[in-house]
Amino acid sequence: MLPELSREEILRYSRHLLVPEVGLDGQRKLKGSSVLVIGTGGLGSPVALYLAAAGVGRIGLVDYDVVDESNLQRQVIHGQSGVGRLKVESARERLLEINPHVQVDVWNEPFTSANALGIAAPFDILADGTDNFPTRYLTNDLCVLTGKPNVYGAVFRFDGQAGFFDARSGPCYRCIFPEPPPPGLVPSCADAGVLGILPGTIGTIQATETLKYLLGIGTSLSGRLLLYNALDMTFEYVRLKKNPKCKVCGPQPEVTALIDYDAFCGVPGVVHGEAPLASDLVVSAPELAGRLAGEDRPLLIDVREPHELAISSLPGAVNIPLGTLASRLSELDSARELVLFCKTGNRSARGLELLLSAGFRRVRHLQGGINAWARQVDPQLPVY
Amino acid sequence: MPILKVPTPLCSYTAGKAEIRVQAATAGAAMRDLVRQYPALQVHLYNSRGELRSFVNLFLGEVNVRDLQGLETPLNDGDTLRLVPAVAGG
Repeated sequence: MLPELSREEILRYSRHLLVPEVGLDGQRKLKGSSVLVIGTGGLGSPVALYLAAAGVGRIGLVDYDVVDESNLQRQVIHGQSGVGRLKVESARERLLEINPHVQVDVWNEPFTSANALGIAAPFDILADGTDNFPTRYLTNDLCVLTGKPNVYGAVFRFDGQAGFFDARSGPCYRCIFPEPPPPGLVPSCADAGVLGILPGTIGTIQATETLKYLLGIGTSLSGRLLLYNALDMTFEYVRLKKNPKCKVCGPQPEVTALIDYDAFCGVPGVVHGEAPLASDLVVSAPELAGRLAGEDRPLLIDVREPHELAISSLPGAVNIPLGTLASRLSELDSARELVLFCKTGNRSARGLELLLSAGFRRVRHLQGGINAWARQVDPQLPVY
Repeated sequence: MPILKVPTPLCSYTAGKAEIRVQAATAGAAMRDLVRQYPALQVHLYNSRGELRSFVNLFLGEVNVRDLQGLETPLNDGDTLRLVPAVAGG
């Protein structure tokens, strides 16, 4: 039995009721539907906002982060007053402000193999708005194992991808991406940046695909991957097929339960018995400041991209972007002590591994990057 | 010559170039020529046994070469191959 709409809801949704593909029955379907949105960041914001406005009866939100000022350029569900608050609480308030007729359930915890099945159980469909591979594979496998669709979106700088994976009738995420790229090959938005509007474009496509599924209308993106480029303003597609060798949705699946996705995705320190960088390979900002004030100064190597130097820089540092480091090793004196740094320490850690594997021994990297230097040593320097 | 379109995340290894002309008669040869021109990509695209890593998705037009003849898929002059990466950002 579909739920009835109140007089207030009929007025609120009148522009939907006028669309024959939605109509009164469709709107009642939406009211009786539920969507779990994984992540309330750049993608999760538009997904949740539009689904709430559209009248999806129950919306679940999973996130464990707090709102940071640097989120507000794209995570439009949060506002200035939300900085420092739990994302799920900030998001829930905004959704209920937009539409008090929807139920919003929140989980302020990481989405993991341990809790994912329980959290997702009551929901009809999942929207993948996460920012990391382990949660993307977890969401996919969960959807395959429980027979739910997974509405996918991902963004990088000016590039976006969107897809609709329903393994009951088409390919799943693993059919196209059997394994994640090696850690570090595809930088995160925190390291590489993203056009603030881009997740808005991709997230609204995810919301559209979700609504179409709940209403049972139109042609979904199943079997196609949308590739959007904001710089060229191009929407292109590639065709996806079910992979008969798929480890989760193929005829002979190897993955029959949720696994340890951090290990699968090679999160540093977890996979292949790889040890995290030893403490003698990192230098704190205050310690580095002391060394730079002394006689035997290490040479600073800034592995950020050249355009980042305009935001903040350290005097005397040599700029060798991480992507070019391997081809510029001959410029470095392996006898001299080197300290690598980047924005937060991710890229410099990879640069450090590269130098160590190339035989450099007197090399460390700045813990927390130049942002840590700005917080702990030089408050005049901006944090970004 | 066929063109190989490289996704933005990999452009930091190709001096910013998104479209690389490759000297190749097959999809596999195109990948090898890409790595010959930009050796920094080798470690990312190939495993230690010299095999293309399985996250690498190569499309000829709209079709995954997996659904054609894999790395043996023949290329014609003017064909466009596209590397489609897994992207995590959200």
